[in-house]
Amino acid sequence: MKAYLLYQDRDFDFSGEFPPNSGDLIQDLELTTLLGVMAAGDKFLYGISERVLLTSLRDPEGIRYRQGVLADCVAEPDVVRELYAVAVGALEDKRSVWGFLSSQHPSSILAAAVRQLEVLVVRLRQLRRLADDHGGRFRSDGLTAFFRTVQRELDDDYFETLGRHLKQLRFGGGELMSAQLGRDNSGVSYVLRSGNGRPSWRERVGIAPRSVRAFTVGLRDDAAAAALSDMTNRGINLVANAAAQAADHISSYFSMLRAELGFYVSCLNLRGQLVTAGQPVTFPEPAASTGWELTCADLRDACLALRIDHVVGNDVDADGTPLVIITGANSGGKSTFLRSLGVAQLMMQCGMFVTARSFRASICEGIFTHFVREEDPAMVSGRLDEELTRMSTIADQISSRCLVLFNESFAATNEREGSEIGRQVVTALLEAGIRVFFVTHHFDLADSFHRQRAHPALFLRAPRQPDGRRDFKLVVAPPLPTSYGEDIYHRIGGWLGERDR
Amino acid sequence: MAHHRTPDVTAQPAATGLSPRFTSLLSAEPAGQADSVRAGDLEYLSDLRLDQVIEAVAGEREERDLVAGLFCQQVRDIDTLTYRHEVFRDLEDPDLFEVVKAFAGQLRQVRGHLGQLAKMRSARQREGWFLDAAVIYCDAVRSLAAGLASRPVASRGLLAFRDYLAAYLGSAEFARLAADTAGRRNDLAQVTYLVRIKGLRVEVSRYDGEPDYSAEIEKTFERFRQGAVQDYRITYRGWPGMSHVGERILDLVAQLFSDEFSALADYCQRHASFADRKIDQFEREIQFYLAYLDYIRPLRSAGLNFCLPELTADSKEIFARDTFDLALAARLVGAGKAVVPNDFELRDPERVFVVSGPNQGGKTTFARTFGQLHHLAGTGCPVPGSAARLYLCDQIFTHFERKEDIANLTGKLEDDLLRIQQAMRAATPASIVIMNEIFTSTTLRDARFLGRKVLQKVVELDLLCVYVTFIDELAFFGDTVVSMAAAIVPDDPARRTFKVVRKPADGLAYALAIADKHRVTYGLLRGRITA
Repeated sequence: MKAYLLYQDRDFDFSGEFPPNSGDLIQDLELTTLLGVMAAGDKFLYGISERVLLTSLRDPEGIRYRQGVLADCVAEPDVVRELYAVAVGALEDKRSVWGFLSSQHPSSILAAAVRQLEVLVVRLRQLRRLADDHGGRFRSDGLTAFFRTVQRELDDDYFETLGRHLKQLRFGGGELMSAQLGRDNSGVSYVLRSGNGRPSWRERVGIAPRSVRAFTVGLRDDAAAAALSDMTNRGINLVANAAAQAADHISSYFSMLRAELGFYVSCLNLRGQLVTAGQPVTFPEPAASTGWELTCADLRDACLALRIDHVVGNDVDADGTPLVIITGANSGGKSTFLRSLGVAQLMMQCGMFVTARSFRASICEGIFTHFVREEDPAMVSGRLDEELTRMSTIADQISSRCLVLFNESFAATNEREGSEIGRQVVTALLEAGIRVFFVTHHFDLADSFHRQRAHPALFLRAPRQPDGRRDFKLVVAPPLPTSYGEDIYHRIGGWLGERDR
Repeated sequence: MAHHRTPDVTAQPAATGLSPRFTSLLSAEPAGQADSVRAGDLEYLSDLRLDQVIEAVAGEREERDLVAGLFCQQVRDIDTLTYRHEVFRDLEDPDLFEVVKAFAGQLRQVRGHLGQLAKMRSARQREGWFLDAAVIYCDAVRSLAAGLASRPVASRGLLAFRDYLAAYLGSAEFARLAADTAGRRNDLAQVTYLVRIKGLRVEVSRYDGEPDYSAEIEKTFERFRQGAVQDYRITYRGWPGMSHVGERILDLVAQLFSDEFSALADYCQRHASFADRKIDQFEREIQFYLAYLDYIRPLRSAGLNFCLPELTADSKEIFARDTFDLALAARLVGAGKAVVPNDFELRDPERVFVVSGPNQGGKTTFARTFGQLHHLAGTGCPVPGSAARLYLCDQIFTHFERKEDIANLTGKLEDDLLRIQQAMRAATPASIVIMNEIFTSTTLRDARFLGRKVLQKVVELDLLCVYVTFIDELAFFGDTVVSMAAAIVPDDPARRTFKVVRKPADGLAYALAIADKHRVTYGLLRGRITA
């Protein structure tokens, strides 16, 4: 019995390693803001969302499967939250039950396991009731299959069987067991046998007389009593194991349900905030990874939209271009655009909605970021050294059909050198079939790709308005040989100003 | 209750008196007769870090003293060394190696079993445990014989033993042991009984198909199975071990299954001493080979080479290719780090390597490697390297600086000189001398002077020598001296190569180069990114 809410045919792996570039993605795309809103203060939800967000899907069907479930959740948020509460409750109940499965005595393990099973069965009944009452209103493949499974696997007969066994296990058993001779002829392979310790019917009616040998241990023979109890424990060892594992299996079902539903609950949290803030929210359209598609309208940086009121969206048509170079005014929204694109790509590839009016993009095999970093005081090597180290790390991890977002990379040295390094890196990546988005103020770098036209490329520019104010919307325009540091200089009040950066 | 005679555990393994001749796996002569020299000066072993190697090779095995002793000994007899080389060459066959290793493990188990019998109170338990020992023994010798017969064996040692073993297995005595053992084991495996505990009363009866309750529980909860979960089964202490209650139950089981148990008692009397003495000796001696091969296996897996060296007692034209410091390599490989192999070669009239260059460039490691190879060659073991010809020396002298001695400088210099004097007096033209950074505690002028004096003496005695020094000019000392220094990568002079090669001492200053270091230029990047 599986939840299967994140994949049609398998559990989500919540315990695996994060993709190696996760740390950079979180830092460069400022994902903590997004995840914080998704979690709404719940550390568990934060962890779940982080994992799902960073574990990108690579097939359009898988993405649509989650989009379907999420659409259902948006339509029936109360039922989904109630389901989530059942899963959370089951795990809390189990934890609060007295007893230790970690005991060294099978009899204690068995007792604790039975107590756990009893509380878990109560939650299973709640699950069944929710399925009976609301299951019919769900449309997505994921949730209809989920409710059907609950109704099929947890039918009335099954609850009756469960009850019977739980009652029997309460006695602890242990009277009748079989054994074999071990290598030194001591008893081994003790197995508890059914029959409640009573003689078999055949023996009682006398058709199978069997020779029974017996002895009685002394009333004060503590060593013998201990040996008998030890033997009994060996006898119920397997049953205790089976019961404890059953409790584990049921609770891991609830764990998986809680985690998988947790992602959708987190999405509901985020969506609520975005809608309240008046931001556009839409399901993106994933395109096959074989092309270079990217068309969007009013694409906004979800993280920024959650923090400040006025956010400008961008409209971009970069279909067919593996290379997009963004130049233009400082503080002109270049980084914001790069981030909005990275975040939207990540959200699309985990089955979420995006912050845009429309968004269609090719699926990529992996998203990498190479952003300029503030100087780290703990850093021993120079800045260029550090940048190149990160580039080298990316080279170790990247493959064809991936996406790299460069933000002011290789700017730690002069323009001539930085441009040359950038040119070599970008050319190598493009030739390897990798999509590149590059924000740079190195004119030499941007201009060489513009003039060469060796690869289809789109050039976007952050424009400067005549009054010196910035309009954050990017326009399609070739790189210009100057940058706009001068106005920033004036705006911040020159070198004597407060915001000296 | 009848008393059964229990097996006599103190009996020595019996000699079978079978004809094929097998004397020892360590030398063609009976063990201990070979002309060998005990390494009296263990100091050089620790200078060369061979003490660590020997410690690790011997490990915790039962025969650790025997193994460690063999690794400290220098055998001067080429025939004995060749005898061992042959066995090592046979054991290069991984299947044969596994066969022999499994055999050794089983025989260790048999000895363990027999040793435990004396502690057992219950005769039934003793009989079961004795039978178990015999089961293991029969299986062990059979598997070994099959393994030796199915693999190509060429060494004198293993061929002799193979013949001996074949004769033993073909004997009527072994056939009886094997048949009896299998019969008894099979009887006992059929026994299944029931125990019913009612308060203080314990009933024992034959088992009659009563169903397993844990299986029912598993089946009921089957549908919730979510992949791997914890195993809650308590692991009970293995054999041997039995409580008084266990003994009483076993007595009742023996009554219920009286045929099986009386046959077992007879068996134990009949085969009271089943182990063969020669087989036992083989198992102890093979430890020498297994221990070393076990030790070098992870190094080989890490891509390092070992070879059986060609040994020479007259020519001093020696060489080794792709060789390395065994102790250092074990540490590096253990930590997942790369080992840099080195080559060396001396052609007449060359006798001395003077190694100079920057600190931590691999000079000391080179010196140790040279010494280790020559010691190991004298034990008959494979040595680090893809190919080697080594000199069968009479003595090895080492002089390595000891850090803890530095406090007392003048005292130390005097000690140093006295020790060198001792070595020079004891050395013969067949000796090897390895000196590392001596005189660093003196002035440059002293060091230059003393270094020259040492080299003069070394040349005069025609010694094979490695001399590690920071004094460049010692490398120019005539045609018997070869200058060695750390290699550099022209593109990246900052990198330490740990590669020591023939080249003039130059004290080159290393310039820092960053280009290409990160391998992110166009060409390198294209090569790195997989499609």
